Amino acid sequence: MTDQLHRILPTVQKPARYVGGEYGQILKDPAAVDLRVAFCFPDTYEIGMSNIGMRILYGVMNQMDGVWCERVFAPWGDMEEAMVRHQIPLYALESRQPVKDFDLVAFTIGYEMSYTNVLNMLRLAGIPLRSQDRPGLQGLVFAGGVCTVNPEPLADFIDFFSIGEGEEITPEILRLYRRAKREGWEKAQFLREVSKLSGIYVPSLYRHNYGDDGQLTAIEPLDGAPSKVKKRVVRDLDKAYYPTETLVPSTEIVHDRTNLEVFRGCIRGCRFCQAGFCYRPVRNRSAETLYRQAIESLEASGNHEITLSSLSTSDYPQLPQLADGLLDYCEARRINLSLPSLRADNFSQELMRKVQRVRKSNLTFAPEAGSQRLRDAINKNVTEDEILTTCATAFSGGWNNVKLYFMLGLPTETDEDVLAIADLVGKIIHTWREHATSKKRGLSINLATAFFVPKPFTPFQWEAQITPQEYMRRVRLLQENLKSRAVDYRYHGAELSFLEAVLARGDRRLGRVLQYAVEHGARLDSWDEYFRFDIWQAAFEACGVDPTAYAQRAFGREEVLPWDTIDVGISKPFFWRERERAYESQTTPDCRTACGGCGADRLEGGVRCDAKAAL
Amino acid sequence: MPRLLFEKDGESIYISHLDLMRVFQRAFRRAGLLLRHSQGFNPRAIVSIALPLSLGASSCCELLDFDLEGEGTVTPERINPYLPAGVRVREIYERGRKLKELTHLLVSLTMEYDHGAPEADAVSALFSRETLVVEKQSKKGATQVNLLPMVKSIAVMRPDAEHLVIQAVVAAQNPSLNPMLLAQAVEEHLGKADFSSFRRLEIFDEQGNIFR
Repeated sequence: MTDQLHRILPTVQKPARYVGGEYGQILKDPAAVDLRVAFCFPDTYEIGMSNIGMRILYGVMNQMDGVWCERVFAPWGDMEEAMVRHQIPLYALESRQPVKDFDLVAFTIGYEMSYTNVLNMLRLAGIPLRSQDRPGLQGLVFAGGVCTVNPEPLADFIDFFSIGEGEEITPEILRLYRRAKREGWEKAQFLREVSKLSGIYVPSLYRHNYGDDGQLTAIEPLDGAPSKVKKRVVRDLDKAYYPTETLVPSTEIVHDRTNLEVFRGCIRGCRFCQAGFCYRPVRNRSAETLYRQAIESLEASGNHEITLSSLSTSDYPQLPQLADGLLDYCEARRINLSLPSLRADNFSQELMRKVQRVRKSNLTFAPEAGSQRLRDAINKNVTEDEILTTCATAFSGGWNNVKLYFMLGLPTETDEDVLAIADLVGKIIHTWREHATSKKRGLSINLATAFFVPKPFTPFQWEAQITPQEYMRRVRLLQENLKSRAVDYRYHGAELSFLEAVLARGDRRLGRVLQYAVEHGARLDSWDEYFRFDIWQAAFEACGVDPTAYAQRAFGREEVLPWDTIDVGISKPFFWRERERAYESQTTPDCRTACGGCGADRLEGGVRCDAKAAL
Repeated sequence: MPRLLFEKDGESIYISHLDLMRVFQRAFRRAGLLLRHSQGFNPRAIVSIALPLSLGASSCCELLDFDLEGEGTVTPERINPYLPAGVRVREIYERGRKLKELTHLLVSLTMEYDHGAPEADAVSALFSRETLVVEKQSKKGATQVNLLPMVKSIAVMRPDAEHLVIQAVVAAQNPSLNPMLLAQAVEEHLGKADFSSFRRLEIFDEQGNIFR
């Protein structure tokens, strides 16, 4: 008889996502390993397999003798429904064994709107959601990823968090767990010991006290837990593990190509950007290392496309040499090289000409704000002139498509700033008319606006988000002022971004809300097909939690912030100083022009900041 | 120009037709072989797989036509280490016959009845009728199809109380018969199965010779 799983697979969409067996997956003999890790990505296979961090840590863990790390993804709704109906618990792809039987369950969390997937995956695995309901050492649940710099909304569910980059700390965790298993420790003993590792945050070892007004007044470490948990970083990326021999999915994923990480961190300091601060200090890989890794990765994967990724690839000092070398290799083999996140200010005609030798890629700008004043306030140091010059170059080079990304609701934004977006779009259209070499197909501008979400560990962490109603008013204001038919305007949903703001700056009192929402059907929130705001509204109401107190309230300078235990290496006074400069529309030079003294180079007892080294 | 005969088994039966082409394109590159590419704005490696196989079906006789850039011979041993679990190349040879001469397929359809399968005689009787019409769902809506003109020969077996195995030679092109429609006909007349799946066993030309 065909087992139940194989009976349901032909009935669900894209079943290849649920069976493993891809080229390069790692299989080990269960009898020959003593530590099994279920590595969960709280979104679908296509998203998770595109995640570079997951691929790195999958390799790091499986490199360890006696450790078998397997992958787990969130099932799509049809598969979830079929699994529940046939009582198939969530399983790992490689061995097909239930997640609940693993020694450790790990999550990598990149965005707030996947929190419900974390809980839902535990639920589908048959694992009790709350840490306190899981008494044993077996099946400990831990999490990392950029989103966990504010771990508090998940504090009730995750036993411990790994803060920062995982290459070095993950093996340390696994070694400690192995010892605990061998010596038969209690869970409590393990949590106490693991909290002594640098970069580990055990939420149950901290008491959060609230005042009568409901505000957080103090955070009390218990049982000798450290008062600050410093994020971990890799000192030398050239020496760090990088997966060149990696798994190749048999079905199309979101980033279906080789992804080469050229550097970590960002020299720019855009004041809304969490990643820009949380990945500091800037650390480059050398061009020699990258060239070697690129070729190894391409040959091992058979990919016909490679992208040079980072937060701002054109800031990579050796980009011209690297791109030249790679283009020669790629061109001969019909491999497409793409360079995302290029900045308008140093996008050169030369580079553009080069990358289109194999295939023409998209032209994308993210000015984020329409007026120079507001761009200065958010420290997005790009000028209208630079944007228009780049567009002129691109249009005369044959480009007829432009993607533009902006935010609405940024601190200090006025109607004038909103209208400036429409104005800038108008100028781009004018530039196209003047410079386009082929006008037959017409110009197409894809314009998108996001709803600004204040994030922890940014200069805007204290800011209030505008209300969804006010956001929609600004969307309509912009819409009414976009006259050209060349523009396709899309905007982020107001409700989703409101929730994102609640969760981003949330504290542990949101745990009950999350649990209620998941138990009432919330999951896959970042997918339009599944996002249901009504469930969340009911959850806030049932738990007596006012979401606007998180999203729409400005936090005070002296207030204790829920994420104050975490130290990403950047000082709070630095963030406050940056906030004040924002209100004066004062820019801060990028790290390569002048060191702003954020403090990130003091991590790990002193890390070389490559931006500073260039000064 | 070479042709490749491969089997699709195990978990690879869930790889879709389009994805399978991508799988081969990458496997060739991993093996250090560069496929010829299409011209134009967005060049693509040229591979084509005959007669798309539905998701969930296995096969030991799939054909893929390809072309290499430059000279060189390829062997199954060279490609096989680079394919995902379940996909295995059996032969590679210089292709001769045109794919349109591939007219028939031998398929084996297995139907699982957890609470007892219909008798083989009853099933055979069903396929001995003058006509056997089922409703076929397509993108354009439902249409009535008489299956029998597309069935060249058929044998029904009941190896045990829970299984029904139907081996049939069916039309492969213009029009083709999806073997799952045979299962649908049995279900409509003799009761719903708990699970059905099929496997392609061989491919033939009009005269009943094995097609390669």
